[in-house]
Amino acid sequence: MEEQISMLHGSGGSATSKLIETVFAEAFGDTYVNDMDDAAVLRGNERIAVTTDSFVVTPVFYPGGDIGRLCVCGSVNDLLSRGAVPKYLTVAFVIEEGARISELKKAASSIALTVREAGVKIACGDTKVIEGSGGFMINTTGIGFVEKDTDISARGARPKDHIIVSGSLGDHHACILSQRLEVSNSITSDNAPLTEMAAKLKKLKVHSIRDITRGGLATVLYELAASSGKRFIINEADLPVSEEVRGFCGIMGLDPLYMGNEGKLVCIVDEADSEEALCAIRESKYGEAARDIGVVEEADEGELFVITSIGGRRRLYPLADEGLPRIC
Amino acid sequence: MTIDSVKAFLKEYDGEDMRIMEVCGSHTAAIASCGIRDMLSDRIHLISGPGCPVCVTPSSYIDKLIELSLKPGYCVVTFGDIMRVPGSRESLLDARSRGAEVVMVYSPLDCIDIAEKSPEKIFVFAAVGFETTAPVYAQLIDRVIKAGIENIHILTAIKTMPAVIGRIMENGAPIDGFLAPGHVSVITGYDAFSDIARVYAIPFVVAGFTGERLLVALFDLVKNRGRGLVKNDYPSVVTREGNLKAKELTDKYFKPCGAVWRGLGKIKGSGLILREEYSHLDEGSVFLDEDIKLNKACICDRVLTGSKNPAECPLFGRGCTPSSPQGACMVSREGSCFTHFVNDIRGK
Repeated sequence: MEEQISMLHGSGGSATSKLIETVFAEAFGDTYVNDMDDAAVLRGNERIAVTTDSFVVTPVFYPGGDIGRLCVCGSVNDLLSRGAVPKYLTVAFVIEEGARISELKKAASSIALTVREAGVKIACGDTKVIEGSGGFMINTTGIGFVEKDTDISARGARPKDHIIVSGSLGDHHACILSQRLEVSNSITSDNAPLTEMAAKLKKLKVHSIRDITRGGLATVLYELAASSGKRFIINEADLPVSEEVRGFCGIMGLDPLYMGNEGKLVCIVDEADSEEALCAIRESKYGEAARDIGVVEEADEGELFVITSIGGRRRLYPLADEGLPRIC
Repeated sequence: MTIDSVKAFLKEYDGEDMRIMEVCGSHTAAIASCGIRDMLSDRIHLISGPGCPVCVTPSSYIDKLIELSLKPGYCVVTFGDIMRVPGSRESLLDARSRGAEVVMVYSPLDCIDIAEKSPEKIFVFAAVGFETTAPVYAQLIDRVIKAGIENIHILTAIKTMPAVIGRIMENGAPIDGFLAPGHVSVITGYDAFSDIARVYAIPFVVAGFTGERLLVALFDLVKNRGRGLVKNDYPSVVTREGNLKAKELTDKYFKPCGAVWRGLGKIKGSGLILREEYSHLDEGSVFLDEDIKLNKACICDRVLTGSKNPAECPLFGRGCTPSSPQGACMVSREGSCFTHFVNDIRGK
């Protein structure tokens, strides 16, 4: 019989200790910097960036990744969008009764692999057991250091800036949706920590960075346009979308502009540095398909337009519905 | 004629005002996503007609689905779009959050697997759509009958296109041409629109779904203003007679009936219903002829017939949005209010 989580694992007693030792301490190894104390004491910095996110994904394991990799990438990439250097992560598991120990081990080692890749340490962790049907969720909080002169924020866009996207749109979303709908294709998730890519952009005049997650590129760019009060114009013909994702979206009636990623960023870069930024991203891991997709213009209020492939102009808004499949 | 000269013609057109209605939800969506309104002269007006099957489904139908989904031993099976359509009190999505049994599928035939796994339950498929989806429902019924499956029923709200276009013109809508529905025409054949074209002396052009195909079709409509003809600009898939095999299968199980369109009322011969010999599979579609307006200020009926555009509705964007639709046109991503809202086509 496969080992499963029972309510006893949440008692705080020896079963809990055993769970922590055999699953988490074992997998995390030297990526874990706290010594089982109630709180971690860390070396600090003058400016600290903090972000938190909870990860509830079905299925927990999917082509190209799993909830473990996802929960690291999510918080690390959020830190990068403020120009922070990611340093620490907290990891809290909420585990339903009946969860398989083997799956928890798999997720924990995936966390360890990804934090190593992202260059962060795990500062502290927690497990809770609740009634349920064998699933589990993870919350991570990311802590990063921000250098004194770094000023990267959502409102940073200036006229003539270029809009650069680091790779193909919608991969994670299309992958998860395909799994849920049992559509067989070879779409894999793009979940990845973008630490290396962001580091390469450090010396350049980058005004805004956002990781493209739920709501997709259109929602993210709309928010940046609204925060900065500028007009963003992107070209449909320049948008990178893989053939498979495009085909999947076509069949499902979905728009890749509104499909989420978990390992792509969009940045708003000063005109003078835009070519160099594009090269830097293309030279980074996960950035080979980067494209310069548009420009920023002066405007009375924030707005986002796409120039369509046939030369029409269409105004874009944030994701308005829940992305239910259409009927015909 | 090159595509560039088509574009130039449509942008520079300064003849008589030309009001063109599209009656296909996929055209509405494609026109918006290609940014086509931006490429037309101010004299060319595009109006979205009753081309979204979800939008024209009356409230009594949704209420009946909800009633069935809450009935012990019953489960409603449906496409995603229907879930959010408001009934007279709530939507299926609301009902599901308080325990109604509703399953969402991508193909009606998925219903067969689901029903096999739970033989103790009756599964009611929400058969909503136009001529395009009717053959798939006929296929489902065909399989149900041939395999002797006893726990699949349907509730129908199937509409047919020519009659509703006839009603719009009868009521004197100021329309100068129709983009004939591409998908529907694949089944019906383009000849289905010849009579109306002749009677009202207006052109119909069957169009495909890419930006370029749409531009060419609009060009042909403007060029043929005042002429009662049907032109087929989608010959790769549309023929004069349509898909005879699909029509035959549909005919075997369904017969024409009067149908209630949300906002438009009952239109003779504008729907399909199961034939008497199969009526034991029907959960009572024939009695659903009530349509209660969700909000008195909603002008969906006039939007659907082209006499008002969505932005003229007092509720548009104020109280009626895709996340809280007050009228059916705001529900489906192919509804004209939804499309206008997400693409910000305020004045046009």
